Amino acid sequence: MAEEIKKIMFTVRKPPHGSIYVYEGLEVKLIMAAYDADISVVFMDDGVYALKQGQDTKELGIKGFAATYGALMDYEIQKVYVDRHSMEIRGMTEDDLLIIGEDEETEEPVKPQVIDSQAIAAMMAEQHNILSF
Amino acid sequence: MKIAVCIYEGPYNHEASDSAYNFIKAAIDKGHEIQGIFFYHDGVYNVTKLMEPPQDDRHIANRWSALGATGIDIVVCIAAAKRRGIVDDVLVPNVRISGLGQLTMMTIQADRMVVFGD
Amino acid sequence: MLHTVNKSPFQNTTLMDAARFFQSGDVLLLLEDGVFACQTGTIHAAFVENLLKNVKVYAMRADLKARAITQLIPGIEITDYSGFVELVEKNKVHSWL
Repeated sequence: MAEEIKKIMFTVRKPPHGSIYVYEGLEVKLIMAAYDADISVVFMDDGVYALKQGQDTKELGIKGFAATYGALMDYEIQKVYVDRHSMEIRGMTEDDLLIIGEDEETEEPVKPQVIDSQAIAAMMAEQHNILSF
Repeated sequence: MKIAVCIYEGPYNHEASDSAYNFIKAAIDKGHEIQGIFFYHDGVYNVTKLMEPPQDDRHIANRWSALGATGIDIVVCIAAAKRRGIVDDVLVPNVRISGLGQLTMMTIQADRMVVFGD
Repeated sequence: MLHTVNKSPFQNTTLMDAARFFQSGDVLLLLEDGVFACQTGTIHAAFVENLLKNVKVYAMRADLKARAITQLIPGIEITDYSGFVELVEKNKVHSWL
């Protein structure tokens, strides 16, 4: 019998750049995406800042990860969600979010999906395991 | 039940390492199988033999090493370790350096993954 | 679902952030600096009392003792690492780091 595909969720709650968690957390997501698992990534609280477009870390002198986020879908990470409330209380709208890839058929740019906390809570309850970064 | 644990913070600086250790000991006492322990971020500093805490304090690296001696797979992330100067030569016995694929396998295969960090 | 919170509510909004995602019947474990939320007579006590209507709240005994927290909001259950393991047996876990 084929092994069931496990649902693994990543939650990103920390802001980028002030610490390494978001950056190293991204490395885990990219590796795990190569395995047989049903991966979703949820950005909530200060984690939503990691998805803000226009991040430029050149002057800071660190590599940054905006380019990788811009290609998340190429790394087979399709289920990317943003907590609506976290985004709104930070004065952000969907327009502020960076593009994570393009739709395979329409070639339209794809942004992370903005959803409500209730939907996220329901998704959390369905996971096999959750890793927080 | 198969339980895996991931630890993100360095020793002494943060309570995460102590909480994780106490949790793992309790899980073993209750007869659970520890699928693996994975050190990530500054957590990689937990298992360097270079640490030398005062006599009257717990020796965190030796504590992990003793758990490893019982057969529990203790893995230090290679990418996080290299970044921080942690290499095979400085590790306590009974732990190993490996890739994020190990964390992936633990997360998929264990019934529960418990993360300790800041 | 077991939610763990290890931050003081006086320093950090993690407990409040996490609470938006609690579902009825979920379990919250306060550990490390998270146990500061357990005290009676603080500005966060009413928030925690309200949480208790929906979720079961546990506090780690070792962390309470280490911080000399003795006056607990009624309804919060004290547990130990063995109790933590039992909560993990029964629930999937999310650490609100």
